[in-house]
Amino acid sequence: MTKVFRRLAEGDLGVVRVILVIALIWIYFQANNSHFLTAVNLTNLTLQTAGLGMISVGVVLVLLLGEIDLSVGAVSGLAGAVVAVLNVKHGWAAAPAILAGIAVGAAIGGAQGAIFAKIGVPSFVVTLAGLLAWQGMLLVVLGKTGTVNITDPGIVDLANKFFSHAIGWIVAVGVVAAYAASNLSRRRRRQAANLPVPSLVAVAVRIGLVAAVTFAAILVFNADRGLPLAVVILLGFVIVFDAITLRTVWGRHIFAVGGNAEAARRAGIKVDRIRIGVFALASALAGCGGILLASRLLAVNQSSGGSDTLLLAIAGPVIAGTSLFGGRGSIWSAVLGAVVIGSITNGIDLLSYPSSTRLLVTGAVLLAAVIIDALTSKRRRAVGR
Amino acid sequence: MAEQNEQHLLELRGVHKRFGAVNALNGVDFHVDVGHVMALVGDNGAGKSTLIKCVAGIHTIDDGEVLWAGEPVSIHGPKDAARLGIEVVYQDLALADNLDVVQNMYLGRELLSTLRRLDEARMEKRSREVLKELSVTTIQSVRQTVASLSGGQRQSVAVAKAVLWNSKLVILDEPTAALGVAQTQQVLDLVRRLAEQGLAVVLVSHNMNDVFEVADHITVLRLGQNVAEFTTKDTNQREVVEAITAGQLHSVPGMQEEALA
Ligand SMILES: Nc1ncnc2c1ncn2[C@@H]1O[C@H](COP(=O)(O)OP(=O)(O)OP(=O)(O)O)[C@@H](O)[C@H]1O
Ligand SMILES: [Mg+2]
Repeated sequence: MTKVFRRLAEGDLGVVRVILVIALIWIYFQANNSHFLTAVNLTNLTLQTAGLGMISVGVVLVLLLGEIDLSVGAVSGLAGAVVAVLNVKHGWAAAPAILAGIAVGAAIGGAQGAIFAKIGVPSFVVTLAGLLAWQGMLLVVLGKTGTVNITDPGIVDLANKFFSHAIGWIVAVGVVAAYAASNLSRRRRRQAANLPVPSLVAVAVRIGLVAAVTFAAILVFNADRGLPLAVVILLGFVIVFDAITLRTVWGRHIFAVGGNAEAARRAGIKVDRIRIGVFALASALAGCGGILLASRLLAVNQSSGGSDTLLLAIAGPVIAGTSLFGGRGSIWSAVLGAVVIGSITNGIDLLSYPSSTRLLVTGAVLLAAVIIDALTSKRRRAVGR
Repeated sequence: MAEQNEQHLLELRGVHKRFGAVNALNGVDFHVDVGHVMALVGDNGAGKSTLIKCVAGIHTIDDGEVLWAGEPVSIHGPKDAARLGIEVVYQDLALADNLDVVQNMYLGRELLSTLRRLDEARMEKRSREVLKELSVTTIQSVRQTVASLSGGQRQSVAVAKAVLWNSKLVILDEPTAALGVAQTQQVLDLVRRLAEQGLAVVLVSHNMNDVFEVADHITVLRLGQNVAEFTTKDTNQREVVEAITAGQLHSVPGMQEEALA
């Protein structure tokens, strides 16, 4: 049994750490305001988290490369504005408008990635220029009115639709079944190849934990308005991109480039192509996040994607264990980090502390996370020699 | 000049490589045969690493000929070299620290299963087999990251990668430079085993003891030119060191520059 726990700890230490942090934050706020852990508030918390988490998924990809993208906030605002303006002012249907917004994001990221990879301008400089330029472009797209209100249910529903209880349970059972099937089939494949396999108990514990969290979440959602569509969208993206990074050649090569670009090049990996692809994808995901944020706000305005969107979108994954030094991290850190930040924001709003407190606390959590990141990287280097 | 009748696995004839004003390789001839270890020695800056990088496709040669099993070939990138069966273990190890042993051994040539997913089980199985064939027994888990391995273990992984790919020629650039006594021995044993398994091996080294322990032949480079070739059993360390420091050049660097100008 202790072996099971050690394996769990070794395999997912980063994840366990973040979950502990989230637990502490929740306990603190619940102790100070009994409204915090109600179904209504927890559902609101996930809705507040979805847009930022989506942007962070792209940020994780860029961080895995060992690079940074400072334009994701501005790109999210611009993509949201493109969708809103096309839909409201030009009468485009929701779906093509959304696709156009995402395409704008992808094109911006592709261009920034190419300038970084082909010309050799450091990524933080290219994307800093992008941050300014796309903020300017946002104002141009919005035009004189400055605010565009969204009413088309095709867009509004994204962050405001809830599924019935039954559908919530079906989704939950489906997710758990898929997780169990993939774990067991991986175990079977290893067994067939005569490789050591984790004990069935360990696998069962993992599946049990995932099932417990999933079903608890559905219980909470169903006690309020039901499973939000925004949550389904975000988790869908996270599951897909987690699989892409861990189970495909392209994902493997992202880690390789982030860990040692020269080694990747010598292994015949087209490093430039990986870099450009990742930047394009990250901006497209920032666009998706921007659309979710616009849907939640029911509008796009001049400050969309501004203020602390960028900083929080980068801080989240780093808080949840994705390294700023490249090559280490996971897509799940996007969600977990967003939950940490969302919980702090939500709790502090509930306790009606001033927003200075929110910034100070978030800053302190980020600093602690970065220090842990730097220390573990240093220790790894020390062990490596 | 070079014996035309015997066919080498790899042969370079009159290879030139310039970096701006630096004549890193100036008409170099070189060869290596199946089942043999050829040592490549020379002082710092003699052009050893440059020669290797030309063969590996990291650099393209400015002039000269490269023959593979007697056929002229042109190597324009790491993929070309890999296709011929050339594998290089670099002085500055080309392993990604954040990836594990299996991931590094298959980097750039991953095996796929259905739906274009990585076939982790097959890759792990083959990696274990190859490490075992080469008697690399000190690595506890092939799923630990390379960052956690010792210098000798890293070299072993890099060499095993070469074998995994059924390479015909393995080139090692100073594989023992950063290693202690026991680890050096471990790597030298591995080098001998490669030759015994029928691979051609090129070993770059500054350490004459290493060279005399494993090499069959020795090529000496000096200032980008080859100044001597020895058969190890017919020579001694003094003779080789003399060639390294004072070997006869066929053109003096200064004159070459003037001739070019
Ligand atoms: N990429 C490069 N650009 C410019 N000059 C280079 C480059 N690579 C090598 N050189 C030069 O070519 C010459 C040969 O270098 P090389 O690295 O091949 O020497 P070496 O024999 O491997 O030396 P060492 O024993 O120190 O490793 C040196 O004068 C070096 O400065
Ligand atoms: Mg060298």
